[in-house]
Amino acid sequence: MASIANEEGRRGALPALAWKIVKILASVALTFLGLLLVTFMIGRVVPVDPVLAVVGDRASQSVYNRVFIELGLDKPLYEQFWIYLQKILSGDLGVSFLTKKPIIEDIARVFPATLELATVGILIGTILGIPLGVLAAVRQGRFTDQVVRVVGLIGYSAPIFWLGLLALLVFYARLHWVAGPGRIDISYEYSITSRTGLMLWDAAMQGQWDAFRNAFSHIILPASLLGYYSLAYISRMTRSFMLAELAQEYVITARVKGVAEWRIIWVHALRNAAVPLVTVVALSYAGLLEGSVLTETVFAWPGLGQYLTNSLQNSDMNAVLGGTLVIGAIFVGLNLLSDLLYTLLDPRVRRR
Amino acid sequence: MTLLDVQNLTVTFPSRQGPQQVVRNVSFMLGRERLGIVGESGSGKSQTGRAILGLTPAPGRATADTLAFDGIDLRGASAKQWRALRGARMSMVMQDPKFSLNPVMTIGRQLAEAARRVASSRAEQRERAVAMLEAVQIRDPARVMAAYPHELSGGMGQRAMIAMMLITEPDLLIADEPTSALDVTVQIEVLRILDDLVTTRGMGLIFISHDLRLVSSFCDRVLVMYAGRVVEELRATELQQAQHPYTRGLMGCLPRIDGNTRPLATLQRDEAWAL
Amino acid sequence: MSTREWLLTEQPASRRQARAGQAYRTWIAFRQNRLAMFGLGIVLVLVLVALLAPWLAPQDPIVGGSLRTERLLPPSWQHLMGTDDQARDILSRIIYGSRITLLVVALVAVIATPIGLLVGTTAGYYGGWVDTVLMRITDIFLAFPRLILALAFVAALGPGIENAIIAIAITSWPPYARLARAETLTIRAADHIDAIRLQGAHSARIIWGHVVPLCLSSVIVRVTLDMAGIILTAAGLGFLGLGAQPPQPEWGAMIAGGRRFILDHWWVATMPGLAIFVVSLGFNFLGDGLRDVLDPKARK
Repeated sequence: MASIANEEGRRGALPALAWKIVKILASVALTFLGLLLVTFMIGRVVPVDPVLAVVGDRASQSVYNRVFIELGLDKPLYEQFWIYLQKILSGDLGVSFLTKKPIIEDIARVFPATLELATVGILIGTILGIPLGVLAAVRQGRFTDQVVRVVGLIGYSAPIFWLGLLALLVFYARLHWVAGPGRIDISYEYSITSRTGLMLWDAAMQGQWDAFRNAFSHIILPASLLGYYSLAYISRMTRSFMLAELAQEYVITARVKGVAEWRIIWVHALRNAAVPLVTVVALSYAGLLEGSVLTETVFAWPGLGQYLTNSLQNSDMNAVLGGTLVIGAIFVGLNLLSDLLYTLLDPRVRRR
Repeated sequence: MTLLDVQNLTVTFPSRQGPQQVVRNVSFMLGRERLGIVGESGSGKSQTGRAILGLTPAPGRATADTLAFDGIDLRGASAKQWRALRGARMSMVMQDPKFSLNPVMTIGRQLAEAARRVASSRAEQRERAVAMLEAVQIRDPARVMAAYPHELSGGMGQRAMIAMMLITEPDLLIADEPTSALDVTVQIEVLRILDDLVTTRGMGLIFISHDLRLVSSFCDRVLVMYAGRVVEELRATELQQAQHPYTRGLMGCLPRIDGNTRPLATLQRDEAWAL
Repeated sequence: MSTREWLLTEQPASRRQARAGQAYRTWIAFRQNRLAMFGLGIVLVLVLVALLAPWLAPQDPIVGGSLRTERLLPPSWQHLMGTDDQARDILSRIIYGSRITLLVVALVAVIATPIGLLVGTTAGYYGGWVDTVLMRITDIFLAFPRLILALAFVAALGPGIENAIIAIAITSWPPYARLARAETLTIRAADHIDAIRLQGAHSARIIWGHVVPLCLSSVIVRVTLDMAGIILTAAGLGFLGLGAQPPQPEWGAMIAGGRRFILDHWWVATMPGLAIFVVSLGFNFLGDGLRDVLDPKARK
């Protein structure tokens, strides 16, 4: 009795963890299948005739019929879905009507730009948002708390494309503090060899510091904007998690031990709040993908968002659905990642 | 020698019906002895203990005519002064180790953190932690050090908690229902360990509990609290001579092995006692 | 006895009095939250402006003035918010645009709330495989970012305000379903539901008659909190040209229209954005305040 509880549990911990991971993966696979079903169904309800999109409206009836059968449109729906499933799983998202290239290639080309933008954005949002949330919780109900609350609510309320336009007007056109739309000035465009597609990373690796500075002054405005939106969410959630943690008994224990207040807040409580915060950060990272559709449009950022809106405006349904599917898949992937991180961060889950 | 001098301690919480006093004019002196505080839940016994440590939760406020620990006035002590006292000279064991230990830190780290007050190097902190775990009769200190709180049984957790609170050899320990969350079989063991340590190290103890019999067998003196007030103060040996009807009522509720137990007494309360 | 005393009595004489008293106490607590009152004010102003648009708007929102002399005028006493590239008074367009915004919010709430309630309460009430299937479907919809899914739907259905509303509604219900399910799980275990079941009531009757009313208040708070998000999504769709079509004075589309002139004629894009911002802020303040009052757990 007076020994460590459930020694058995610890020895059997690995299979339990593996079982948990299998369960998570299974549910992810199911969700992904659902995603495919949704995009498939959307593709079916389009009023645009998929055959006409391929052959053009001046094709003869025989050509039309041939393509109709080639596309498998004569088969029952479930069979069509099965074919769709096989195509997607082999990495075939179809061909873009606009670029005439396989959509998967298009997406692979534009995605790094979005990834870079969202990553810088989430870094800004996390690095500022968590301390702000902690501060608001510690000074609960006082001026700082109100300020953080209002800053957050403003972030929830302003349309991101509008703020983007205003930011361009003020910081680029009037103050000349930052560079304008696009990822980099044309004069630098060819000084960096694209390895990863992440411009800042490539420039730094190749020691092209002038190009790096230029790319940075392009990214900082849209990234700060996205960062502000994630900051609004992250600081709010941090505040509520921290309030819950600061009310726990172990905080009193730490005070009784004479632990310094800053240590209680930033080490004891924040370490506990970090467990659910991982999910919040992952979710807002995914949320930035959503924000990027509008932000990229405003900042002429050649990423996935712009690709999607371009395809939309040219009714390139294959590309729209392909992009939607990829974003959905990333969303699911980030959810999965946060689940796994959660498992790793919380010793109670980890060893159970 | 007086370790703790409390005169007219009052703890007030604001509420919709105006300020509520949960502790009212509590006064007592404590030397290096064992003082029990008994009362039902809501009697203000826990808030008394917390007020002594300056841990009255906001928006509550504790006031007193005198609140002195070893000659140091605790009223209006600065955060720095409190930190110098808490942990090093006074500490507290709380009810349930499930909640009072930080769930995401190993026991070893939590012990070492407490040991920082008395040991500067990591190695020395660790050494002290191991020694202290042995003192609370944990046979395999190394393994407990590496464990997280949820991996320990309640009894083990509470021993680790006691070890953590006594590692700095404080002068005063407040034990707030230290065994109420434990299995009955473990309770005695933990109490014996606590008793041993308090006696051999000669510290003052305030033992807060709802269990009159436990308190009277464990302490030298007993304060009985009702509705935020001390209604009676007795030597533990003179419990039978209790004057106050509430104390007598509490004693009447204790089942006895001999004698007539039917009907089992119920506790009678009188609103006048609270005034 | 004054009305106030009657409402605040500790011993209500009837159920009606108890309920009225409870509502009055909630109102008192709500009233003390200045931000929430401010939000309520904004929302009320929005409703009034939408109702009285023809009387409030100084000019016609669709037909502009002289293209030669009244195009892209900066804000002045004549045109408080300036004019756009079609020589239309921006203030008048914004006033009429409030009708579209209100319509979107109201219709999305009316469509999405019942779907969410139905799915959530059914899943929670029956449990078992019904629950698993329904919640799996909910999760799939939650797996898409809202704007992206709405984009895909509108792309498929064709642009237009009706399709935008449908798309937003389709992407809005899953959180309500989750919430309703969680509430149902606690309600289902309650004794009085057991009692009704023992009386032989139909499951459908129990769900609609007894479970749904109990879930309603928390779902409504959640919907209010979501209003700002709905407005922003609608504006985003409008900005991308997928919502209300020109010449409709939809705020998001107005920003898109003013985008070309942002450097020299900043007011064209700024003013409608300001309108979106103020209205979303109003709904956010209101929802925040409502949650503080109705959900004591979050009040800390």
